[in-house]
Amino acid sequence: MATLTINGESHQLDVPDEMPLLWALRDVADLTGTKYGCGMSLCGACTVHLDGQPTRSCVTPVSAAVGKQVTTIEAVGENPVGEAVQTAWRKLDVVQCGYCQSGQIMTATALLNGNRNPSDDDIDNAMGGNICRCATYVRIRAAIHDAASTLA
Amino acid sequence: MRILDRMPSPVQESQQSTAVINVSRRRFLQGTAGLALGVYLAPLLVDSANASAATTQADFVPNAFVRIDSDGSVTVIAKHLEMGQGTYTGLATLVAEELDADWSRVRVEGAPADAERYKNLAFGMQGTGGSTAIANSYEQMRMAGATARAMLVAAAAAQWGVPASSISVEQSLVRHAGSGREADFGQLAEAAAEQPVPGNVTLKNPKDFTLIGTLKTPRPDSPAKTDGSAIFTQDMKLPGMLVAVAAHPPRFGATVKRFEDTEARKVPGVVDVVRFAGGPWRFDGVAVLATNTWAASQGRDVLNVEWDESQAFTLGSDEIMARYRELADGQGAMASQRGDVDAALAEPATLIEADYEFPYLAHAAMEPMNCLVQLGDGRCDIWHGEQFQGLDRSAVAELLGIAPEKVSLAQLFAGGSFGRRANPHSDFVLEAVSITKAARDNGIDAPVKLVWMREDDTRGGYYRPMNFHRGRLALDADGKLIAWHQRLVGQSIAAGTAMEAFMVKDGVDATSVEGAANLAYDVPNLQVELHTPQDIDVPIQWWRSVGHTHTAFSTESLIDEAAVAAGQDPVAFRRALLGGHPRHRGVLDLVADKAGWSQPLEPGAEGERRGRGVAVHESFNSFVAQVAEVTVRQDGSYRVDRVVCAVDCGVAVNPDVIKAQMEGGIGYALAAVLHGEITLDKGVVQQTNFHNYPVLRINEMPAVEVHIVPSTQAPTGVGEPGVPPLAPAMANAIFDATGTRLRKLPFTNKLTT
Repeated sequence: MATLTINGESHQLDVPDEMPLLWALRDVADLTGTKYGCGMSLCGACTVHLDGQPTRSCVTPVSAAVGKQVTTIEAVGENPVGEAVQTAWRKLDVVQCGYCQSGQIMTATALLNGNRNPSDDDIDNAMGGNICRCATYVRIRAAIHDAASTLA
Repeated sequence: MRILDRMPSPVQESQQSTAVINVSRRRFLQGTAGLALGVYLAPLLVDSANASAATTQADFVPNAFVRIDSDGSVTVIAKHLEMGQGTYTGLATLVAEELDADWSRVRVEGAPADAERYKNLAFGMQGTGGSTAIANSYEQMRMAGATARAMLVAAAAAQWGVPASSISVEQSLVRHAGSGREADFGQLAEAAAEQPVPGNVTLKNPKDFTLIGTLKTPRPDSPAKTDGSAIFTQDMKLPGMLVAVAAHPPRFGATVKRFEDTEARKVPGVVDVVRFAGGPWRFDGVAVLATNTWAASQGRDVLNVEWDESQAFTLGSDEIMARYRELADGQGAMASQRGDVDAALAEPATLIEADYEFPYLAHAAMEPMNCLVQLGDGRCDIWHGEQFQGLDRSAVAELLGIAPEKVSLAQLFAGGSFGRRANPHSDFVLEAVSITKAARDNGIDAPVKLVWMREDDTRGGYYRPMNFHRGRLALDADGKLIAWHQRLVGQSIAAGTAMEAFMVKDGVDATSVEGAANLAYDVPNLQVELHTPQDIDVPIQWWRSVGHTHTAFSTESLIDEAAVAAGQDPVAFRRALLGGHPRHRGVLDLVADKAGWSQPLEPGAEGERRGRGVAVHESFNSFVAQVAEVTVRQDGSYRVDRVVCAVDCGVAVNPDVIKAQMEGGIGYALAAVLHGEITLDKGVVQQTNFHNYPVLRINEMPAVEVHIVPSTQAPTGVGEPGVPPLAPAMANAIFDATGTRLRKLPFTNKLTT
């Protein structure tokens, strides 16, 4: 049994300590916005925030999330940066299949939390771990700039 | 449970909801222009167990494609799978245009399996593919919207006692200007449902379109796909559901000899381990069923399976390619022939000879293949990103020995597909059904969600086939192209499938030679041949743009070599040979103009070489030209800086979706050019996950500019046609920069010259 603080609420989850946070969120806490893509921290679809830091939940055991604030796509819009990112994503119709976009938005939000005016290189560096097979990258880049401008 | 609240209902034809309207009005709408419109009314046949999701008495369901709720929301029933390509946006735009609906109140739902109502008019069966969604729906969906509009207007006319002709509709508001009366769609829905269905409705003149061709139709799936609420197969959960992760054989064609599951059963959460039977073109294996995905995956990983490999495929990629090369020495089946290539090639002033190699490619959709199955007595309900209802439904029915009507298929969002979910052998769907059945036979009567882990997906077969192309071109002394001879070697996708009868003619699978056999260039002597090896047992499938993935590369590389040999500008040389193909010329002219082709390319930094290349290609009745600009660094590494793209897809229904598909198609193609390669070693697939099957990342994505040719022609597809021109445009650009012709895919990551 693990006690996790997810999106500001305490959850008692009956899972083994070593279960990756990804599966505890998806299969046990029923928060399915966080996606499985690779299981090896290669694609970023599973990105959540642990105390605000972008974290690959597919390789993070539940035990490592205990005592930390877990934020997922379902609640990222509750902070102004996350909301600005979601708004920019919708304004520019970034999504295609949409499967990777939770992770993209979580990583982009973390980027803007630390850097309100990222350059293209900053974006490449921050977002390089998030794969989009639909290759919506042109719009991801534009949406991050757009969100940055609304936050300025 | 939150997920259950959002869960789409399975739909079955054997039961009708009592909440649905007046069955007596079920009848066929009159077809127009030879198109069969959906069956009228089509009481949305909803499983009574899920009647909460059903329509209510006040709803208006004028046909199989539209429902108007009493709150005024318009729901478009999409017969095509939304896998990212924007088809929900497109289909809804067509309906909303003729309905004069307020776009902000338009929703979209995936259609259930129903061959009659929801068939793809281009296929004659239900399914999504070949970039046909908008092309086959253009009139049908507009008719659906226009019919619903006419019934709303008739209802208002009756209520207000005014002639229908005096009523206007705008933004979901029905108005009578003379009396100042107006009503919302929701207020009229119940009365509209009582109106007779008009036998004939008039579609708008395109000049009166207010949504089609505009930017006023943002994607209806954007909100749910940006807040985590969109439901993919991966996200589905039913009460008591188990997750299955399967052990597949390491080599195609191997079967389970015996297995040992003691360790697997010790994993907390594991409920059972079952053997499932494979079949022709699908895996035989052992599945671990557990209460969650992690447990199932852990259990699978500690299974000990001994495989019978007596029938397994054991060749490696190098051996396959060597065999293809050898086959190309001999004449193949004739795919296209005019004039006399042998004579023209006998003594050419200039001879161009080139070989091209293409590897197997995995689709690698972000959502690995998966499928949720619930078996009942004599029935089967399936939820997944369903792309090929027509085949999947009958395949499942046959496997279970039940009638196809007893198989329901609920369509969810697909996290990408690129062709993979339209499997002609229903491979992962039948695997899911087989596992669920095996569990049931073991006394476990639970819904089962089969989940392929990334490694299972990468090694799961159904790749874009390996190909070898040999080209020989002749130019005369004046630099005129006089002969074009190509031999193509590759497995047939259609062979052995239900499509074989109409796709393979005289030993030529149309999908193997599309884009080559119908070469657009005006050359007097043309011969295109095909070798189809029969003994390569690697499962293959269509992969975004199918045959064009390879034919565009060889043809557009060859024509570029011819232009250089003739000492002519590559655009001008192509243009001169496209006299009979104005739409090819149209996109070529537009891309050359927008890319600044007539101006010299800006030089790179010190030590860098820059180059520019062009390609033009028709696929799926759409025409795309691209100019790629590359920079080659001093160390031989290189990047694509910019791609300018021109597309002619007829009427541009959703210009922003078209733009997005060109951007995405370019990125998808670039991934294959730079990295894409599935290789076999003694029959074993060498790649497993994104570290050894790399795809495109944001730092490799070029700037993309898309320009759409204004057109009044019938709309054609955009999901695939953005892919084919990228590889040749890029190879031609690298040649322009370095003088090196790259003819093997994927490209080497460092140029040595």
